[in-house]
Amino acid sequence: MIGAGHTGLATSRYLTERSIDHVVLERGEVANSWHHERWDSLRLLTPNWQSRLPGHHYNGGDPDGFMTMPEVVAFVSGFARHIDAPVRTQTTVTSVRQHDSGYHVTTTSGEIACRCLVIASGACNRPQIPEIERAVPATVERFTPMGYRNPQQLPDGGVLVVGASATGVQLAHEIQRSGRPVTLAVGEHVRLPRTYRGRDVLWWMETSGVWDQRYDEVDDLVRARGLPSPQLVGSPERATLDLNALSALGVRLVGRVATIRDGRALFSGGLRNQFALADLKMDRLLDTFDEWATSNGRDVDVGPPERFEPTRSPDSTPLHLDLSSGEIRSIVWATGYRPDYEWLQVPVLDRKGSLRHEGGIVDAPGLYAIGLPLLRRRKSTFIHGAEDDARDIVEHLAGYLAHLRPQG
Amino acid sequence: MAEIKVQNGVNVDALLAAREALKSAPQAAKFTWRASCKWQNGTHSQTKIQEFHGLGEAQKHKTEFSFDADHPEIFASEDLGVTPIEYVLVGLASCLTAGLAAVAQNRGVQLRSVEAKLEGTMDIQGILGIDKDVRNGYDDIKVTFFIDADASKKEIEAIVAQSQKRSAVYDVLTNPTNVTVEVA
Repeated sequence: MIGAGHTGLATSRYLTERSIDHVVLERGEVANSWHHERWDSLRLLTPNWQSRLPGHHYNGGDPDGFMTMPEVVAFVSGFARHIDAPVRTQTTVTSVRQHDSGYHVTTTSGEIACRCLVIASGACNRPQIPEIERAVPATVERFTPMGYRNPQQLPDGGVLVVGASATGVQLAHEIQRSGRPVTLAVGEHVRLPRTYRGRDVLWWMETSGVWDQRYDEVDDLVRARGLPSPQLVGSPERATLDLNALSALGVRLVGRVATIRDGRALFSGGLRNQFALADLKMDRLLDTFDEWATSNGRDVDVGPPERFEPTRSPDSTPLHLDLSSGEIRSIVWATGYRPDYEWLQVPVLDRKGSLRHEGGIVDAPGLYAIGLPLLRRRKSTFIHGAEDDARDIVEHLAGYLAHLRPQG
Repeated sequence: MAEIKVQNGVNVDALLAAREALKSAPQAAKFTWRASCKWQNGTHSQTKIQEFHGLGEAQKHKTEFSFDADHPEIFASEDLGVTPIEYVLVGLASCLTAGLAAVAQNRGVQLRSVEAKLEGTMDIQGILGIDKDVRNGYDDIKVTFFIDADASKKEIEAIVAQSQKRSAVYDVLTNPTNVTVEVA
């Protein structure tokens, strides 16, 4: 097992349950990414009551609240202790090669041979930065969400935040509030209200079954796996953080960055259509919730149906911005993350560098992955999504091992 | 000023006079171009163009022009017209060529023949939604001019460069434009 985050640990628990001998290799400490690669103000997108791992639940006094990163680290570490996971910390995997009927793993503290390998190192190891970054004038400081901690790191003055996923809207929000005027470049995005009909929108995702939709039931899996994270923030106020909320704060919305040329950022003129698409998709999802509530007799448990104001189009949207004029002093690339498989010397990556897998069963015998977007279900990358995926993966893995053993 | 001898068929004097006149009446310089498109069948549509607005009032082409657009048979279409993306090449070629003639006239350069070959390359994985990293439109457009004129190569290149600098279609292709699409 590579990675002692919540998905690796959940998998470890099911391996232990089946008495499958294993070790969990961790480059740092348990829940390392949560600890070291997130910004200061970040809280989970999922409410506390949804924070559950196999046999381990949140049991504090604020079920509707959202965990801070230290709380997540404590929660995941508590789970590791609870299941007595065989974790080897400070052990970085430097290479994995196919060997005989298994894998040969080289780490910073020795070699390991194994029959099966589960990649649980996460989907967010590296920031994904567009190539046009090279065209940014040297006078503009550049940040990624992996290095960003808080607005005080940024120089005073204007900030261009590129990308309007959960990361982009959260950073735009806190940077704008720090007194640095934010321009937010908005491409395809997923709009969601924090609460709907009095319940957290993720309660609806879970209870109505949307989140349980399996990878083999989704119409366009490649597209669904590439969707940006929804515009949500976990805040004590349970506030909605959509583009209307940001423009009310004074954030300037512009289209997707098309390119940077001669020191000028050029923005797409298709911003209105991005708004329209996100509004239509949100309304379709809310329709799904309403239909589910009615057909399951749940209308009495929730408030009346709501519809939200369409995303407001700015009166005029700049189509270009001179990055060398001094107006913009820094850029934050909230353009997504990608996994790092540099250490994986097994030919299982497609031409775009993604793992070839069927619901976590990787295209090489005995090799598995967990914790990737829509790995087996829409909830796969959320903390509570680890349980079902881990159980399925371990069931397949146990079958594979049984098949390898000589039959008596 | 244009030399009398040079005749490219462009009335530069009239254009320069219009430029002077519009300097003092910038409102008249606001033009609106219009097109009306009607779906025919399948991927076939017909767009008609006659009226526009400019110089402060309604204007009209002498006749109504009609443009059929469709897709070729390899796209399981009937090929009753060129594809919409090919019309973009029509726009770019004719815009640069018109500009080039005007600039040449203004610089006193007699043109004998001007031809342009255009190539726009595009990966249709974009429009088919196969790969989200592939854009829908052209990834590259190449225009090659073959020009016979009373001028050195350098002068001709300068005319071609100036025609790009003042081309409306070149501008909309190389710079973002706000586009609003509504359902009435």
